[in-house]
Amino acid sequence: MTFTFISIELQSLRIGASANSTFSGCLRSESSRAFQLPTQLPLASPSLPSSSVSSFALMAEEKKECAFDGEKAAMLVKELRVQFNSGKTRGYDWRIAQLKSISKMVDEREKDIIQALQKDLCKPEFEAFVSEISMIKSSCKLAIQELRHWMKPEKVQTPLTTYPSSAEIVSEPLGVVLVISTWNYPFLLSLDPVIGAIAAGNAVVLKPSEVAPTTSSLLANLLQEYVDNSSVKVIEGAVNETSALLERKWDKIFYTVEGIVMTAAAKHLTPVILELGGKCPTIVDSNINLQVAARRIIAGKWACNNGQTCVAADYVITPKDFAPKLIDALRHELEEFFGKDPMTSKDISSIVNEYHFIRLMKLMEEDGVYDKIVLGGQADVNQLQVTVTHIHLSCSFLLTYFRKIAPTILLDVPDDSHLMTEEIFGPLLPIVTVENVEQSFDLINSKPKPLAAYLFSNNEQLKTKFVNNVSAGGMLVNDTILHLTVPALPFGGVGESGMGCYHGKFSFDSFSQKKSVLYRSFNADSSVRYPPYTSQKLNLLKALMSGSIFRVLLSLIGWSKD
Amino acid sequence: MVEERDSSCLLSELRETFKSGRTRSFEWRKTQLEAMLNMLTHQEHSCFQALDHDLGKTHVESYKDEAETRLLFYPAKAEVIPEPYGLVLIITSWNYPLQLALEPLIGAIAAGNVVVIKPSEIAPATSSFLSKTIPLYLDSTAIKVIEGGSDTTQQLLQHQWDKIFYTGSPRVGKIIMTEAAKHLTPVTLELGGKCPMIFDFPSISSDLKIDMLKRTVRRFYGENLETLKGMTRIVNKFHFDRLRGLLKDPLVANSIVHGGSYDEERLYLKKIVESIEFINSKPKPLALYAFTNDESLKTRIVSETSSGSVTFNDVLIHCLCDGLPFGGVGPSGIGRYHGKYSFETFSHEKAVLRRGFFPDLNARYPPWNTFKLEFCRVGYRFDYIALILLLLGLKSFPKES
Repeated sequence: MTFTFISIELQSLRIGASANSTFSGCLRSESSRAFQLPTQLPLASPSLPSSSVSSFALMAEEKKECAFDGEKAAMLVKELRVQFNSGKTRGYDWRIAQLKSISKMVDEREKDIIQALQKDLCKPEFEAFVSEISMIKSSCKLAIQELRHWMKPEKVQTPLTTYPSSAEIVSEPLGVVLVISTWNYPFLLSLDPVIGAIAAGNAVVLKPSEVAPTTSSLLANLLQEYVDNSSVKVIEGAVNETSALLERKWDKIFYTVEGIVMTAAAKHLTPVILELGGKCPTIVDSNINLQVAARRIIAGKWACNNGQTCVAADYVITPKDFAPKLIDALRHELEEFFGKDPMTSKDISSIVNEYHFIRLMKLMEEDGVYDKIVLGGQADVNQLQVTVTHIHLSCSFLLTYFRKIAPTILLDVPDDSHLMTEEIFGPLLPIVTVENVEQSFDLINSKPKPLAAYLFSNNEQLKTKFVNNVSAGGMLVNDTILHLTVPALPFGGVGESGMGCYHGKFSFDSFSQKKSVLYRSFNADSSVRYPPYTSQKLNLLKALMSGSIFRVLLSLIGWSKD
Repeated sequence: MVEERDSSCLLSELRETFKSGRTRSFEWRKTQLEAMLNMLTHQEHSCFQALDHDLGKTHVESYKDEAETRLLFYPAKAEVIPEPYGLVLIITSWNYPLQLALEPLIGAIAAGNVVVIKPSEIAPATSSFLSKTIPLYLDSTAIKVIEGGSDTTQQLLQHQWDKIFYTGSPRVGKIIMTEAAKHLTPVTLELGGKCPMIFDFPSISSDLKIDMLKRTVRRFYGENLETLKGMTRIVNKFHFDRLRGLLKDPLVANSIVHGGSYDEERLYLKKIVESIEFINSKPKPLALYAFTNDESLKTRIVSETSSGSVTFNDVLIHCLCDGLPFGGVGPSGIGRYHGKYSFETFSHEKAVLRRGFFPDLNARYPPWNTFKLEFCRVGYRFDYIALILLLLGLKSFPKES
């Protein structure tokens, strides 16, 4: 399919109001056919990417393509099952070849990936490299290095009761798995689980997020070019395509974002990994290196997709007396990082789309919340970016509007406000003050279990109490986010923040079936376990279960403990 | 049936107990597990009586299958800390009514949770035994038994649990997972399926195979099946009628080579053998058995079939091997337990990373520039020499555009 697209400039949108936009457009294609003018796109939909509300993209197709429906999904799964059943994906060679290809793909096409992330999220090059590209490279490298070791069966000790025998746990692929990804780290959160699924020997379907369409399209093209696409497929699309896929029976579903997929999975008893979110609390104690703490909080919040990160600090809890110092430190470091006017900084990502922009503005403008802003609060929907694209000898330009909200700090907003009850997923940081820092544990435990929890403190007792009394997917003391980069640590949620985990070997394990295998010999067959049952047999059995050789001997000569 | 407000009260009490932190301590977990050992030792006779009433299990079979328990302990790793989920629901099945209640209970207690057990109503004597005896030995503010049928189960499933452990049929497993999905509750489902047995003795003719089976059955149970007490009853009329219906199917009836008779009063039955390609055409089973001395066939079976477990030259005994996880795959189940896997299945493995305030690398923070980017590139490659050169200003990097 070849296409050319042009997007048209619109009038600017007013914050909080629905836009009235008029536009017209024309389309050029290689075959110079005339096309129908587009109708107005719906506003404020969660799944619309940033460039589609204030502009539209028209795609001309050389041949008409049918929608991906239930029938196509059924055929897709059937085809993949044939591939899987052939045994091809189980072999070490196939798995290594795919992993090496992915590694090569990331090396060779780094620039394209960075550009795509720029287009979808206005993501700075540094962030794109550090938080997405390097993470995938490390993931691939680890899997390639360790795969042989991971694939080896694990020998297991056998008890006296099964003597003589040997036992092992064999890792085998589950079969055909589905990975549904999300938009905030669209490259990382698509490829990282796919790497795990391939390492475990499965056939995979990836459904990237339509909210990051450039990355979605790039992934589809790149994976087609680099990996074995008889067994690794990408299906692009939105709600309809996802629903069609979820109707099928999969051997595992990996889903980032919402939990509704578990209901669909239950129909087929499909195990799931759900990487969800939650409100990640950050406790800041007094008597710490405040400059370093402030920098690390900022690094894990606004320098990470402008707060649109599942493990970003959602809210801060600090003693009342300490709060002014913390706010000053944050103010100072924010200026160091993003300049006097953060809205003009190139190092801050934009809000992904109209829906999330309006959602965040509503959180900020709620009664009782807006007047608690101590820093920031600026918002801008008029940041225009022009991108020139060359496809198949034709040239076109893309005008994209990016929405930005400045790093915003609020102090002591009402506990029942939406800001304190919903996951923020944006650049707003409420600070909650407490009389003393130990009270923060009760506050955290009164909310659903988060994906991550952070503590900045030099008090060893407080650190121990924090780790023992707060339940979260993962925890980090004196930093934020970094625990994700340690492959030896499982990454996953608990309670409402998710179930299952991945990263490093945990990815391999999550996409494997751990099969128990027991080898018994025909020799030394004891009649004690067979009918007809007698009390002598019961005595001997009890002795065997006790594990005491002495008792076994006594039992054999007819002595009973009872 | 438990009243709605009763179950809400019970669950509130359990949540309060969990919140108090008492169940997290090593001492509490150890005393509960020791109490359970005492319970089984002192109450062995009552256990046998209940199992005999429900299933006609002889005391030897009961001991062998149900009374074996092991104390569990698991050292916490430095960076991955297992913590209890919280409020756990265990729904058990009727075929091993004692073991399938107590084995997961051991795991749940060892992991520090508070627990509700809903025993199967199809084994009423065992259910009653558990309901009366557990409160006498274990901490009843943390461990409760709720008796009842499917209505009770439905009612319990409306509440929010931190983990649900279910043993039973795939049909009910789907219902449980659907209900659990509403609260994003993780589940372990120990289900079933058709567990195939491959019998490979190419040197022996198929006639002789059947004769060997017939001779062994007679040796175990005597000539007259109906009069010997050595075989468990079919649990109830529903399952008896179901199994009799399977036998009555004309295609099945024609392939019966031994027995096939049934006594509605006492409810006895027999088993059948399958092959490798046939196995893969069917849903993945909980267990696969193969009797063979052929090493290449063993390798083929392990690598070409998928099941919860494989046992060579024996049946069922893999359940006794605590080093091996016990669980299904696909329609035969989700998750696993036994031994340390029981502890893990009732724990959330929490990742904990501790850092100091030093060192603090400037390259991590905005404003970003090409130097910092090069620093990170080099750092991720663990190219320390290049890193030093970069810091000394002796390595070039792309300038800002």
